[in-house]
Amino acid sequence: MTTLETGPLALEAGEEEAPSNSLGVLGRPKGGYSWRAWFTTVDHKKIGIMYGGTAIFFFIIGGLEALLIRAQLWAPRGTLLTADQYNQVFTMHGTTMIFLVVMPIGAAFANYLMPLQIGARDVAFPRINAFSYWCFLFGGLFLNTSWFLGGGADGGWFNYAPNNGVVFSPSNGIDFWNIGLLIAGIASLTGAVNLIVTVLNLRAPGMTLMKMPIFTWMTLVTQFLLLFAIPVLTSAQFLLLFDRQFDGNFFNVAKGGEPLLWEHLFWIFGHPEVYLMILPAFGLVSDMLPVFCRKPIFGYPFIVFSGIAIGFMGWGVWAHHMFVSGIGPISVTVFALTTMFIAVPTGVKILNWTATMVGGRIRLATPMLFCIGLVTMFTIGGLSGVTHAVAPADTQQTDTYYIVAHFHYVLFGGAFFGFMGGFYFYWPKVFGYLLNETLGKTNFWLMFVGFNLTFGPMHVLGLNGMSRRTYTYDPGYGFELWNKIATIGAFLLAASIALFIFNIFYSKVKAKHLPAPGPDPWDARTIEWMIPSPVPEYNFDPVPTITTLDEFWYRKYGETEDGRLVQIATAEEVAQSAEGEHDVHLPSPSYWPIVTAFGLPIIGYGLLYTWWLSLVGGIITAAGIYGWAFEPPDDPEGAHGHEDHDDHHPDDDGDHTDATDDATPELAEAEGDKEVETVG
Amino acid sequence: MVSTTVSEVGLDAAAPHAHATHDTNTGISNTKLAMWLFLGSECLLFGGLITTYLIYKEPLAGQGPALADIVDIPFTSTSSFVLLMSSLTMVLAVSAIERGDHHRMRTWTAATAILGATFVAGQVYEFTAFYREGLGFTTSRFSSAFYTLTGFHGVHVTVGLIMLMSLFVLSLRGRLPEHKAETVEVVGLYWHFVDVVWILIFAVVYLIP
Repeated sequence: MTTLETGPLALEAGEEEAPSNSLGVLGRPKGGYSWRAWFTTVDHKKIGIMYGGTAIFFFIIGGLEALLIRAQLWAPRGTLLTADQYNQVFTMHGTTMIFLVVMPIGAAFANYLMPLQIGARDVAFPRINAFSYWCFLFGGLFLNTSWFLGGGADGGWFNYAPNNGVVFSPSNGIDFWNIGLLIAGIASLTGAVNLIVTVLNLRAPGMTLMKMPIFTWMTLVTQFLLLFAIPVLTSAQFLLLFDRQFDGNFFNVAKGGEPLLWEHLFWIFGHPEVYLMILPAFGLVSDMLPVFCRKPIFGYPFIVFSGIAIGFMGWGVWAHHMFVSGIGPISVTVFALTTMFIAVPTGVKILNWTATMVGGRIRLATPMLFCIGLVTMFTIGGLSGVTHAVAPADTQQTDTYYIVAHFHYVLFGGAFFGFMGGFYFYWPKVFGYLLNETLGKTNFWLMFVGFNLTFGPMHVLGLNGMSRRTYTYDPGYGFELWNKIATIGAFLLAASIALFIFNIFYSKVKAKHLPAPGPDPWDARTIEWMIPSPVPEYNFDPVPTITTLDEFWYRKYGETEDGRLVQIATAEEVAQSAEGEHDVHLPSPSYWPIVTAFGLPIIGYGLLYTWWLSLVGGIITAAGIYGWAFEPPDDPEGAHGHEDHDDHHPDDDGDHTDATDDATPELAEAEGDKEVETVG
Repeated sequence: MVSTTVSEVGLDAAAPHAHATHDTNTGISNTKLAMWLFLGSECLLFGGLITTYLIYKEPLAGQGPALADIVDIPFTSTSSFVLLMSSLTMVLAVSAIERGDHHRMRTWTAATAILGATFVAGQVYEFTAFYREGLGFTTSRFSSAFYTLTGFHGVHVTVGLIMLMSLFVLSLRGRLPEHKAETVEVVGLYWHFVDVVWILIFAVVYLIP
């Protein structure tokens, strides 16, 4: 053991280790292609697909809840839902859409795309990545089982104190909300650590920070926001948990508890939260727009630094959610000013996107339509957001439908339109077939019209004084017409989602008769398009050397001396081939992440019902952690497994192709056609 | 397509294993970077709890004892000193494994764990004493905040103890060679963090009147 310092590399891998994971009953999962493989996979691509699929499942649940709300508000004195049911439905709608839809779709893109955009083989900690996904899934399912166990949470998605106490909310709904989100918070936290390390440590040779695609940049900012925002929510949730389960006095006014503390802690988390929901979509749009305008993004450093600025300034605006809570004129003034300032970096981005489109050769494909949808709809939402910075006006608008209109314009019109564009754009890369364009465009217009019909009238309703979270309204206030329009719009939105899901299956069937889309169906710019579609398990072989932003584009196109774009190579020539032997050693699948995560909801049920169940869950999780710790990340029976899972590439074992050496001749080849001067 | 590249193997073999050079963009290994990020996140968790404590440090009149009525400063100072000394032994353990001295590494790891366990035992004693003085978890806003903040820290120390004992057992079984010295270092990072947080908590809870 002590001679290792001079030992050759081959010894390091196997030396002194037990031949198998040995601890516990679960061996190494075998067989990579059955449905079981999904439960043990550590592949960032499969995990990304699972994140996306699960998020769409929860999106349908949250969408049905939204339709219930809209049906209830169709006419005055609606009787579809009781007041109590209505409280539960809007609380669960908001919670589901934020924590189980928008955040996980961001995580889905981050998981699938980010490693591809930086030329990595996987994330830094593949098993922790799987653990994050299972925590998210179990947390989400735990939260939704409340429907069958006495009703959902009923305090709004932020569950203000003291309304969240046992006195005012005696059902277990808020406990399910609390513990479910704690479990999902573990997913976000471990995911954040994992993805930040991946971006910082696993970039392909030559890819400096300022050559990273913008989506990767925005993922980095997003994950930093998660890293620091989640623990604040966690601390608040523990206080609530102790209050509700163990009669603590944190929000007990009789013992001097301060309900305002919950509001502060919640929004210190909650405002960075809204930025971490929107930034992934900003990143997607910033990567898609240049493709469909055939122009580089306008002002790349400005987009990047405005994203970072949002990441910092997002921490200084939380109290604008609390202008009516009596925080005093100085606080109100300060937070009004910071709120106005944070509009600046967001405005910079909108300017950059617009300037990217100006003078571009715009192709109005479906993803581009969604991009334009985001830019326009988010601008409307952003402008109504700035009006909230005007504290006197905000005092009038607080808790009205004006606020509901605002955040749906930024979250649905912003984040979700970006994600829809991302789905259409990356579908061929992920699944190997293009989604039908005609259906796609219909999908966009249906969604666009439905969205504006639903949420546009809410501005008017809010300014006319209709309050949120109230299960009905009286006739004669002028609310009837606008509510009817909004309900019609909501059902159009539902139709557009149904059309999207239909398109997935329709296009899959039709794709059998169409030629495969190839690696680069959109004539794209970033390196994830350089590899075959669908992406092979090993991502890149060899790992390319990066010389410039939009590397793939500049391997395809050069510029003449008078600035005209000239193709120097076709996508097929530049792209990597799936043919041939690829002896790439990948991180091995593992049972432990799902086992470890599975104990957590059991602990949760135990906290709510019987103590021994918590013990069982605790034992499962502890056993999972130990089994995990003693299982080498790579299969020891594999030819050359490294024991450390902290290598540059988790699978990089020095026995397959060397990135630098192989990519260089390829680069030289691309630059070899010197009819024109290449840029970069 | 496949080519075994001598250069890469050569490069790795030349690297000293004790300070395993990790071929990452930042030069910091993934595990260590991840621990730093995690600790950054922990700062915010304790930030939330310390803020809560500061708001609730005085119970409402007539709702049980305040800390000043029941605290035994010399006792807590002593147990705090014991915890801080465990950081020293932790450093010695890391230094020992980097030198390849596995025996000393085990000695210092065990010493760290014993010091840490002494601190936790002191906390259990203190909680018990406070409870006998009439300070239950539900007594007042101060009691809830006090037990939650110090209890969270105690749980963190306990998790650290489990990691230290795991290191000890791994090393006994010969599964902790020098090229994995960083594992000890990463556990050490966590341990030092827990100590630093205690300095803050000790000052905020016990020293500031």
